[in-house]
Amino acid sequence: MMDPSAYLLLSGILFGIGVAGVVVRKNVLIILMSVEIMLNAVNVAFIAVGSHLGDVTGSVFAFMVMTVAAAEAAVGLAILIAIFRLKETIDITELSVLKW
Amino acid sequence: MAPISIDAAALLTSVQSIVPEIIVVATAIFVLLLDLAISEEKKHLLCGMGLLGIGVALFSVYALGQGRIEGFSGMIVHDGMGAFFDVVILSACALTFLMATGYSEWEGTHKGEFYSLILLSTSGMMFMAKGTDLMTVFLGLETLSIPIYVLVGFHRNRMSSLEGALKYFLLGAFASGFLLYGIALIYAVTGTTKIPVLATMLYDPRILASPLFLAGTGLLLVGFAFKVSLVPFHMWTPDAYEGAPTVVTAFMSAAVKAAAFAALIRVLLVALPGMQPVLWKVLWGLAVLTMTVGNLSALVQNNVKRLLAYSSIAHAGYILVGLVSGDVLGGQASLFYLLVYAFMNMGAFGVVMLIAQKEDEGYDIANLAGIGFKYPALGALLTLFLISLGGIPPTAGFVGKFYLFSAAVKNGYIWLAVIGVLNSAASIYYYLRMVVYMYMVTPDVEVAVPRPPRILFSMALCASAVVVVVLGIIPRSVLEIAERSVLSLLM
Repeated sequence: MMDPSAYLLLSGILFGIGVAGVVVRKNVLIILMSVEIMLNAVNVAFIAVGSHLGDVTGSVFAFMVMTVAAAEAAVGLAILIAIFRLKETIDITELSVLKW
Repeated sequence: MAPISIDAAALLTSVQSIVPEIIVVATAIFVLLLDLAISEEKKHLLCGMGLLGIGVALFSVYALGQGRIEGFSGMIVHDGMGAFFDVVILSACALTFLMATGYSEWEGTHKGEFYSLILLSTSGMMFMAKGTDLMTVFLGLETLSIPIYVLVGFHRNRMSSLEGALKYFLLGAFASGFLLYGIALIYAVTGTTKIPVLATMLYDPRILASPLFLAGTGLLLVGFAFKVSLVPFHMWTPDAYEGAPTVVTAFMSAAVKAAAFAALIRVLLVALPGMQPVLWKVLWGLAVLTMTVGNLSALVQNNVKRLLAYSSIAHAGYILVGLVSGDVLGGQASLFYLLVYAFMNMGAFGVVMLIAQKEDEGYDIANLAGIGFKYPALGALLTLFLISLGGIPPTAGFVGKFYLFSAAVKNGYIWLAVIGVLNSAASIYYYLRMVVYMYMVTPDVEVAVPRPPRILFSMALCASAVVVVVLGIIPRSVLEIAERSVLSLLM
């Protein structure tokens, strides 16, 4: 079986890119895309390890993650559209009704 | 390829292990469909149907008892712990529905999807509490979170509601990413996601020392910490709690916390006892930070909803104290406190909901001025819930905290108990500040007129009050059930 370490490295890099995107970017759409990159990094790791071990759990888990990611994207975009209707902006720094 | 044979008996056991969940999901779908069939003025039927479903589900939990039923080849288990949390979560859901009878009328949330989303979220929580595979835990977590994101933003015309929803959604999705990556790393090292199998793998010191495994455990903890709002992962909590419709806030604070802690307890006590020497330092730090930051931030709040949000962060810290101890006594204390917390916090939110006539402006603390003498029943109830949250005898909150801190002392974490007690004393300041406003501050304008509660709403408040008082005086039997639940986990 193939060695998963290269794939784990790839998934680590992808995950890092996703985290950096969430932390740095201000546009909510881009933040959503970064979260998707994080989830796909997880999928890479699961599938690589699953195939290395000859175990289906990894692949099944990847399917579950994809399903959940789709549901999350649907809800996230719906919230985003509702906000855009009220405020005409999707810049996260301009959303500050609530503060302590 | 040979067709996969289905073992009928195993399938039956599997179905049996998730009967309460099946009932809740069926009710959710039925309520959604019923919404299409009935006219506008009969919408209160939806709430009644939901309550009926929850009642049947509670009965099925009772009928299944505390025996261990494993289902779906070890993906899910109905044991004492699962039954205990099913009861906590379903009671919180029932209280939410009872309160929603009034709230929906005032705020226009009498919609099929509102009730059905709450029920779907409840089913996710129950799955999470019973999951014995990290996959089930993750799916339960998402099934509970996604409806909650929608519910927080349910008031589509209020910017604060939408903003709370967006912040909660973004941080929640971010946290799911961490949780998943943690699971992936653990899977990479051990080759399994089943919690009991993980426990046996950890006897191997090479796995315990593997940096990938440590990183995985850390990321998994971060994911959980977001959901139960431990400092420094609590940023979303005040915003989401303040923005959400108040019924939903009450539901989130009680039920989401219970479900997330259930899964955390299962992972910590079953899968990771081998890591206790390393883990307890991390948990110790998290507990102290969470209690202190939560309480200090609550001291300066003037918005009642936000104040209760910070107080709920502090309470997550208290519950974590039980987990730091990492033994049966600590687990038992945490379980008991989660049950008590659900009732006292939902009760407090319920009274506050009546006093504030409107979302957003109605929740200023000045709005409480003069309520105490003008509306003695409301004043007395809120005072009872607040002193229970503060941990003053003879309420259930006191008993819960007593057992949490005594578990910490018995396991040698004396400083943790001391810090906990000091925090608890500080918290009394802001709880009593609300009481002072009710009884001793004369209002600038006239006293706010609370909404006249519906019968079911009053029932919810009275039931919570009875639980808080009764468990404060005779906690023994419930504590024993909690102990058996934790023991069922370790068998």
